[in-house]
Amino acid sequence: MEKNLNLSLKVWRQKNAKDKGQFETYKVNDISTDMSFLEMFDVLNERLIVDGKEPIAFDHDCREGICGMCSMFINGRPHGPKQGVTTCQLHMRSFNDGDTIVVEPWRASPFPVIKDLVVDRSAFDRIISAGGFISINTGNAQDANSLPIPKDDADESFAAASCIGCGACVAACKNASAMLFVSAKVSQLALLPQGQPERKQRVMEMVAQMDSEGFGSCTNTGACSAECPKEISLTHIARMNRDYISAELSSTK
Amino acid sequence: MTSKLDSKIPEGNLEQKWTKYRSTVPLVNPANKRSLEVLIIGSGLAGASAAASLAELGYKVKVFCFQDSARRAHSIAAQGGINAAKNYQNDGDSTYRLFYDTIKGGDYRAREANVYRLAEVSANIIDQCVASGVPFAREYGGLLSNRSFGGTQVQRTFYAAGQTGQQLLLGAYSGLQRQVGMGNVKMYARHEMLEVVTIDGVCRGIIARDLTTGNLERHFGHAVLLCTGGYGNVFYLSTNAMGSNVTAAWKAHKKGAMMANPCFTQIHPTCIPVSGDHQSKLTLMSESLRNDGRIWVPAKKEDAVALRENRIKPNDIKEEDRDYYLERRYPAFGNLVPRDVASRAAKERCDAGFGVNKTGEAVFLDFAFNTIRYGNMEATKKGMHNPTQDQIVEMGRAVVKEKYGNLFDMYQQITGVNPYEQPMMIYPAVHYTMGGLWVDYNLMTNIPGLYALGEANFSEHGANRLGASALMQGLADGYFVIPYTIGAYLNKEIMTKAIPTDHEAFVAAENKVKGTIDQLMGIKGTKSVDYFHKRLGLIMWNKCGMARSSEELTKAISDIQTLRKEFWSDVRVPGDANEMNSELEKAVRVADFLELGELMCKDALTRNESCGGHFREEYQTEEGEAMRDDENYKYVAAWEYFEGNTWELHKEDLVYENIKIAQRSYK
Amino acid sequence: MNWVTKMFSSSLGQKFIMALTGLFLCTFLVIHMIGNLQLFKSDFGLAFNTYAVFMTTFPLIKVVSYLLYASVLFHAFKGFMLIAKNRKARPVKYAVQDGAANSHWTSRNMGILGTIILLFIVVHMKNFWYEYKFGHDVGYTAYIQDIHKDTLVSQAMEPTYTQVKKIEEVNYSNESGQYHVTIVKDLYKEVAVEFKEWWLVALYVLCMFAVAFHLYHGFQSAFQTFGINHSKFNGLIKFIGIWFFSVIIPASFAAMPLFFFFK
Repeated sequence: MEKNLNLSLKVWRQKNAKDKGQFETYKVNDISTDMSFLEMFDVLNERLIVDGKEPIAFDHDCREGICGMCSMFINGRPHGPKQGVTTCQLHMRSFNDGDTIVVEPWRASPFPVIKDLVVDRSAFDRIISAGGFISINTGNAQDANSLPIPKDDADESFAAASCIGCGACVAACKNASAMLFVSAKVSQLALLPQGQPERKQRVMEMVAQMDSEGFGSCTNTGACSAECPKEISLTHIARMNRDYISAELSSTK
Repeated sequence: MTSKLDSKIPEGNLEQKWTKYRSTVPLVNPANKRSLEVLIIGSGLAGASAAASLAELGYKVKVFCFQDSARRAHSIAAQGGINAAKNYQNDGDSTYRLFYDTIKGGDYRAREANVYRLAEVSANIIDQCVASGVPFAREYGGLLSNRSFGGTQVQRTFYAAGQTGQQLLLGAYSGLQRQVGMGNVKMYARHEMLEVVTIDGVCRGIIARDLTTGNLERHFGHAVLLCTGGYGNVFYLSTNAMGSNVTAAWKAHKKGAMMANPCFTQIHPTCIPVSGDHQSKLTLMSESLRNDGRIWVPAKKEDAVALRENRIKPNDIKEEDRDYYLERRYPAFGNLVPRDVASRAAKERCDAGFGVNKTGEAVFLDFAFNTIRYGNMEATKKGMHNPTQDQIVEMGRAVVKEKYGNLFDMYQQITGVNPYEQPMMIYPAVHYTMGGLWVDYNLMTNIPGLYALGEANFSEHGANRLGASALMQGLADGYFVIPYTIGAYLNKEIMTKAIPTDHEAFVAAENKVKGTIDQLMGIKGTKSVDYFHKRLGLIMWNKCGMARSSEELTKAISDIQTLRKEFWSDVRVPGDANEMNSELEKAVRVADFLELGELMCKDALTRNESCGGHFREEYQTEEGEAMRDDENYKYVAAWEYFEGNTWELHKEDLVYENIKIAQRSYK
Repeated sequence: MNWVTKMFSSSLGQKFIMALTGLFLCTFLVIHMIGNLQLFKSDFGLAFNTYAVFMTTFPLIKVVSYLLYASVLFHAFKGFMLIAKNRKARPVKYAVQDGAANSHWTSRNMGILGTIILLFIVVHMKNFWYEYKFGHDVGYTAYIQDIHKDTLVSQAMEPTYTQVKKIEEVNYSNESGQYHVTIVKDLYKEVAVEFKEWWLVALYVLCMFAVAFHLYHGFQSAFQTFGINHSKFNGLIKFIGIWFFSVIIPASFAAMPLFFFFK
């Protein structure tokens, strides 16, 4: 049932990319447990504006856990304490009265802070541009049912494709590795017959782009998958590892 | 028909219009395409698919989106599915039937030719998406699976769990990113379009603000495509993303593009009810849930009261004391009536005092019946002869979880209630806007060179959109319509050299944007942008929402005018204009909503009939059904803007040559 | 860049090397442990010493051992490089990071555990390998066996014995029977002496904990790196990784110094 909380928030404030940044502490009172975490930030920001201060900048858009834009590192974990949810779907009933909550931006050198809790994740777009697609021009397609796909493969491919590109995997990983993100796309397309013609080239190009962006390497801690709001499995990383080695060994490039 | 509105619908019979037109539309040769620049605003289904397709053809494309990546556009949140007349289920579907259902679902307020084209290309969309790696749901035989949606009696909806929009958008996005990688598209993320640049009445570019630095940028384009979605956020609370806005479309409107049928808004029947004042947005529960969920309220008022006061639980109410009002009122379609009908029926029950939740503004969506049905089916499959009730429920829940698991999880996350055990509570919420910029058959607005695609235009859904048709339209426009129709304009532009952006029209447009921003920053009032937005939302929801009346609409117009004045004298935008400033972004958007709201009310007030999503209390049958007036209102209302928020109405008559207009009935 | 360099300089290629060398070292551990079990024999070290000679002279083993040294160095060197690279990927640290919520601590501390093991290897090699090969403290012992009864008749240090070979064997017979004499470099004695030092025993036992934790993550992780992650086989890999490599092997190694200390 609904009740109200009084909380203390320690939030990272950074005016712009060049600013050094520091934590600031804010008290928020009478927070309904039915609120989402971002609605709690709305309440705080509303107060800051009325008090003539600058509101806290944070990324958010759909607020239903699918666009992947929200990105807060809450009490040492991306998207906060609950498994399988994004920050926008995290509700205040996951916290207790009197809690101190520390909120930081994603930290990784390929994700530079733009302002406060907002980071630049365009590295992900560049990785997709490097090979996360099937090269088919509009209008070239054959009938959709001419290519039966085993349901299990389609389901597994969908599970990988449900990645929302939020970057929680990178944020959670002690090495700031992007393997889960990259492998989700590699694996999605590797599981489909349509993805076969470019399978080898795709994995090599995407891994090369991932490395050149400056992400760390994978040490199989599993933190990415544990914190992924879409609970994407480590089996996709394994598939990418396999594909990469065999592609490097067998491709003519 | 006013001379300003030429819909350019090709001659010939309906079935051949598009095929013939497509083959005769002038082409641009590949060498010339390389020097033609196309600016695309918005990277949702329409924008991303158009960008990928046009870049493949060889045009120089720039794409702008306000989010941090093209993949975030709100198409991503569409849950249920995408329609296509594939007839894979052998249940009698055809292009004509999809066309007919869409026109009828839209309450006979859409153009025949446009809708037929949409139905025609729908099948190609599925092919295209599958080829680009979209993992649609499949049957064990490996072929594509379908489900039903409201307003239809065939299974033609393709889906990927409850994340169809996400999968389709990521498919289009990957095509877009491929072109970005090849250098054919230049992507401008975290950029918002704030003005259209016209020279001699022809669209020549845009002014965009870099949301990271606050810099204003000028971009020239031979054509500009607005793929900026709908304006549901004028209601503050809606299922739209927080950033969804009307600004790009509104700036075009103020530059001369007409706004068509702005009052046609869709209220989606199955959303999670409002929980309190802090609410920032509403979350949709996919319409696909109505395949297996039955909608009811208590038949007795005292039960409804007891539920509101939390004295009893929904499951305590006996079967005979439940009112499955959709099945009662519309036996033929039952829980699968179109959205407008389902929403109004819910409002009717709640207004009559049978609503539940602490607010009394909610109805139940109950899966118990079908859980048992599925449980029994599973028991039969497994050859269990005497399954216990618990086993049946357990197996049934597993089936329901497989179909709707992510939606159920989302519901539980938001409400804290387990929907496997208790029925869901739902209430209608603003979801989609059928209205939008007026476009001709080529999807061009009345400003030459300026196009509107997807939800941003008004064209295909009439007064009400059927479920799973928005994704269809977005991709149809981007993949299969604009690549052909844009040639009809650009073939005449091959001699136009890129206009330098120091041209006076660009300078003037930029100064205007700068002026607006400076003005907003300079007010330094006492209230936040959200404060005004929330108030506007309440006016719109109460007076221009699910039910409208002449009296309330008139009041709304004056309320909005007052609110607008207050906004321009008392809003507070903190920070600076030359840095990332989300309050400034919101202020610019809300300033536009405050004008749009007035036009919506005006449009609703002028349309003295009830049709689709537009329900005027004065125009209803004795049973409370919508009463259309085809004699006087069978037209598209296109509004032309004049300085100082005044508008002139232009009418485009709708001609039905292939469909017999009838009273819409789902009984 | 040719494809081999390209492949092995990519983040995945480097991981692949880590996994490959790591698993190779794991197989060595198995051999090393089985060989060392001879320390527990009550033959005053005859079997162990013979085994030590075999291990240091048999040509194939010699080749493998060089591969082994290279693997240790490469595994350590790559490991340090990767740590440095991974640190660079997050230049600003989190104020609060709750790693325990999403991963096992062994997986987050492979670098530290690996460093401890590396230091241990240095100490260990100095104590036994170096001494055995280049040192002057390891003496010779002569073992006399009765060939017919298959028993050890006597064993004695041969402080004056000098020879080029590590082992010399002769048979002789007299009226009481036929005998086999083995004169061999007595590493066993060295082991027995060294492990009377309490601090060295403690160090060895502690380091075996580091080995246990390093392998707890490392063994299973290597399979993931090779792309072997399948619900049918994961159980087996996990079982071997935990029970064999992070319990039985380190416990057996730890038992050796303790055995001599308390003997």
